Amino acid sequence: MAPKSLLQGEASFLSRDEAKRLADRVVSFSKADDVRVNIRSGWAGNTRFAGGQVTTSGNTVDTSVTVLSRIGRKQASTTTNVLDDESLRRAVDLSERMAKLSPDDPEMMPELGPQQYIAIQNMFESTRNLTPEQRVAAANAVIGAGEEAWKGARSEGSLFTAGFLQATAGANAVANSKGLFAYQPSSNVSLSNTARTPDGTGSGWASSSARDWAKVDAAYLGRRAAQKAVQSRSPAALEPGFYTVVLEPAASSQLVGQVAGALNARAAEEGRNAFSLRGGGTKLGQKVFDERVTFYSDPADPEVLADPFDGEGFPVGRHVWIERGVLRELQYDRYWAERKGVKATMGGGGRGRGGGGGGGFGGGIRMTPGAKTLDQLIAECRRGVLCTHFFYTNVLDPKTMLLTGITRDGTFLIENGRVVRPVKNFRFNQSIVQMLNSIEEIGRPDPGERGTSAPPMRVTDFNFASISDAV
Amino acid sequence: MSPNRRDFVKAGVAAAAATIAGPRIVTASPPRIVRVGRGEPVAEALALQAIDVARSAGAQYADARVGRYRRQSLGTRERQITGVSDAETYGIGVRTLVDGAWGFAATADLSKDGVARCAREAARLSRAAKKAMRKPVELAPVTAVKGTWVTPIARDPIDVPIEEKVALLFATNEAALKVPKIRFCTSGLQLLREVKTLATTEGTLTTQTFIRSEASFSVTAADNGITESFSEELPPRSQGWEYIEALDLPGHAAEWAQVAVEKLTAKSVDAGVYDLILQPTNLWLTIHESIGHPTELDRAMGYEANFAGTSFVAPPGKMIGKLKYGPEFMNIQGDRTQEHSVGLCAWDDEGVPADSWLIIDKGIFREYQTTREQAPWVSALTGTTRSHGCSYADSWSSVQFQRMPNVSLMPNGKDVTLDDIIAATDRGVMIRNSGSWSIDHQRYNFSFSGQAYYEIRGGKVAGMLKDVAYQAVTPVFWNSMDMLGGKSSYWLGGTFGDGKGEPGQSNSISHGCPPARFRNVDIINTARTV
Repeated sequence: MAPKSLLQGEASFLSRDEAKRLADRVVSFSKADDVRVNIRSGWAGNTRFAGGQVTTSGNTVDTSVTVLSRIGRKQASTTTNVLDDESLRRAVDLSERMAKLSPDDPEMMPELGPQQYIAIQNMFESTRNLTPEQRVAAANAVIGAGEEAWKGARSEGSLFTAGFLQATAGANAVANSKGLFAYQPSSNVSLSNTARTPDGTGSGWASSSARDWAKVDAAYLGRRAAQKAVQSRSPAALEPGFYTVVLEPAASSQLVGQVAGALNARAAEEGRNAFSLRGGGTKLGQKVFDERVTFYSDPADPEVLADPFDGEGFPVGRHVWIERGVLRELQYDRYWAERKGVKATMGGGGRGRGGGGGGGFGGGIRMTPGAKTLDQLIAECRRGVLCTHFFYTNVLDPKTMLLTGITRDGTFLIENGRVVRPVKNFRFNQSIVQMLNSIEEIGRPDPGERGTSAPPMRVTDFNFASISDAV
Repeated sequence: MSPNRRDFVKAGVAAAAATIAGPRIVTASPPRIVRVGRGEPVAEALALQAIDVARSAGAQYADARVGRYRRQSLGTRERQITGVSDAETYGIGVRTLVDGAWGFAATADLSKDGVARCAREAARLSRAAKKAMRKPVELAPVTAVKGTWVTPIARDPIDVPIEEKVALLFATNEAALKVPKIRFCTSGLQLLREVKTLATTEGTLTTQTFIRSEASFSVTAADNGITESFSEELPPRSQGWEYIEALDLPGHAAEWAQVAVEKLTAKSVDAGVYDLILQPTNLWLTIHESIGHPTELDRAMGYEANFAGTSFVAPPGKMIGKLKYGPEFMNIQGDRTQEHSVGLCAWDDEGVPADSWLIIDKGIFREYQTTREQAPWVSALTGTTRSHGCSYADSWSSVQFQRMPNVSLMPNGKDVTLDDIIAATDRGVMIRNSGSWSIDHQRYNFSFSGQAYYEIRGGKVAGMLKDVAYQAVTPVFWNSMDMLGGKSSYWLGGTFGDGKGEPGQSNSISHGCPPARFRNVDIINTARTV
């Protein structure tokens, strides 16, 4: 094994004891009624490459402290990464001065006392010790696999590959003046690449992310992007309109991520989102999506492994939000839960404060996969469009989860179960509520492309509004 | 020799150039050495130590940036504060070239040992990168410089008491809420102070203090179940608290609120082809997306392909001196020299003096935005061997790379006004302020909206419209421009939020422009019933 990096390893982030001592120091400087301290400490190492070579790379270490001071029902926060006593005192003092100026927040909830958290092991040595040399070797593996796929296609010129690898290893800590202390170390790594053909008409993309570097297959990603680039050359325009689409996991994830926002209980009860009932109330207990659709969040899920607490130290556990198409649970922050007499599912309260760490979902919501592979979803499609992923996806209307965006890096026409030709990119305008009620089949993601929150899907009547000439 | 400001002046728009010429930096080039700012002796010592260690570790070239950043933001809504935050970050970033391969490392540990470890780590990353290198990096030449520069300001906005800031925003909201039918109002401030010291192994040692200020304001009016919002375009500037005061937010709030009220009775636009008059408060963002981004050389070369995308202005050999971007009176300047612009500096993050040059000259694309690494890639095509000074990192912890300078549309030599353009338009739509935008990853097909829309009929403003967006293809759109305002109508927009790179970095840029008219543009109606 290569020697550890000078900026990596054990010294690159605070240990539990170091974080506790730093938090105690900040709390001791406070004159506020209550104070909360959030500490983020860690290392990040990245390598970018393009045109067969590394373009930039970097290793960074930093520790920052955010101080939230609360005086009566007023609060404000400051952040600093200068950790001497004088700077920390200045940060504490400034947050107190700003808090005093703020008007009362009638929805503010008191700081939590000590909590119990589930044990999560999401720090992997393979990622934490990933050296710059290993990162460059991975870039070369991507580039090499891409070139091999390109040569295999007997194509002229050379393929252009651009990609990015980033690894992080660090710890988050939350502490407050009521004695709460939460600490969690974690690692993460992501690798993505885009391959473009020399004639500029073909582009492919593949990406994977995981806590554990051992689960990322660089050569697979290089090959996959290159194959898509080759296949997507010289696309022809297809008439805009309503199509059956096969969404790869990256594309599905970009769309169904919207469901998380609609799970906000308060917004639903106030008639502001897709789970609001016309005339008041919510759709809790009702069938909202196709019966094969299940959404859950779970920081202990092996594909997630998120921190078991949110930004105010509230313990985060497993929740099944939508079970076989039925809305089972809504997300209640502490304020709204108290007002409604139900159990809170996340911290915070008052104008959406608190939460943190994936909006209180513990690594975000995930959609349960089906049994079939992506290839099977394609094979069973009579006529449709295969989408790799999307770009510039924005919400047009939260009430129907109406989204707009552009397809990118591999859009293909499927006929009689086969990908027959590449097509020009489309702009889509699509309601996610409608889409999750128009499912033909839900598949399972390929293990080579990890880190997506939704499986591949085949859905009908997907609205492509116009064509984009961009490749 | 590449087209530069001199050619531009010769082109007969000298008067226009004068309004935006020469930044009022402490001195003209070379900047005078002025000892102000805080903590430079410490920062300089750290940076010099870092490059020494990097050199000992095998780097043939190294630069070190020590940065101390204070960012403060305040947000209010009606009579309450929605957010107050203040963040400080301090550290060093060291970049190295070993045998032509880049490395970078950054740390907040500013002890002697911490800085030395960081510098050695950067050299190690360089050596690692050599294993994936096709062509060694060559840097365009630059003259070593020693100096200090400070944004010219009257009052440091960070030092203004928080009480004064909150009072100003509350007074603004109060003035807006007095207007009948106004239901909601938000306002905010974003303030930055950045002290940056750069040392290079070529002998450059500079410290610059940047001060930037921005305000925001938005109102919502409601009547008969209809709601309409309006946001005033309040661009960020390299100025101090005096800029925020000069905006006179409380004095204008009612007038801006009135626009939202007027929108309540605006007519929904009939989709179709119109002559489009864009006020500078809308046009700046279109320049940013459809000219600024596609003329970034790294995008054109594919370096951003995996994230932000590439560019239709590629390959360089087929574009430089050939692509007709727009009409002959269209001149686009890249610079980091305009007074009050947020791109303003004395040197970039490679110690290259702030530059000013024409990206588009008389409608023809001439030059990309470049760094020292990139200038040699196209020097045979452009004749420009120096970097245009577009290297920038958004933090000590980020590596510097090519970022957009100010990219501005030069005004007409004749003093055409917005009123002149309206008077010359028979059937058109006029748009004020920026709204939503969407553009593809090659910066070709775009869609923009605004904040307020006006119907132009028979040379007059005939009333307000709503549900308007314009959609076009970049070169077709710019070639359809047929009227351009003069220097008195030139206005500087901009943003703190220009995103690019992996990991993502945020850049501050200004875009100046006069109002302009575009012929036969597709206007769509954005209203939907789902």
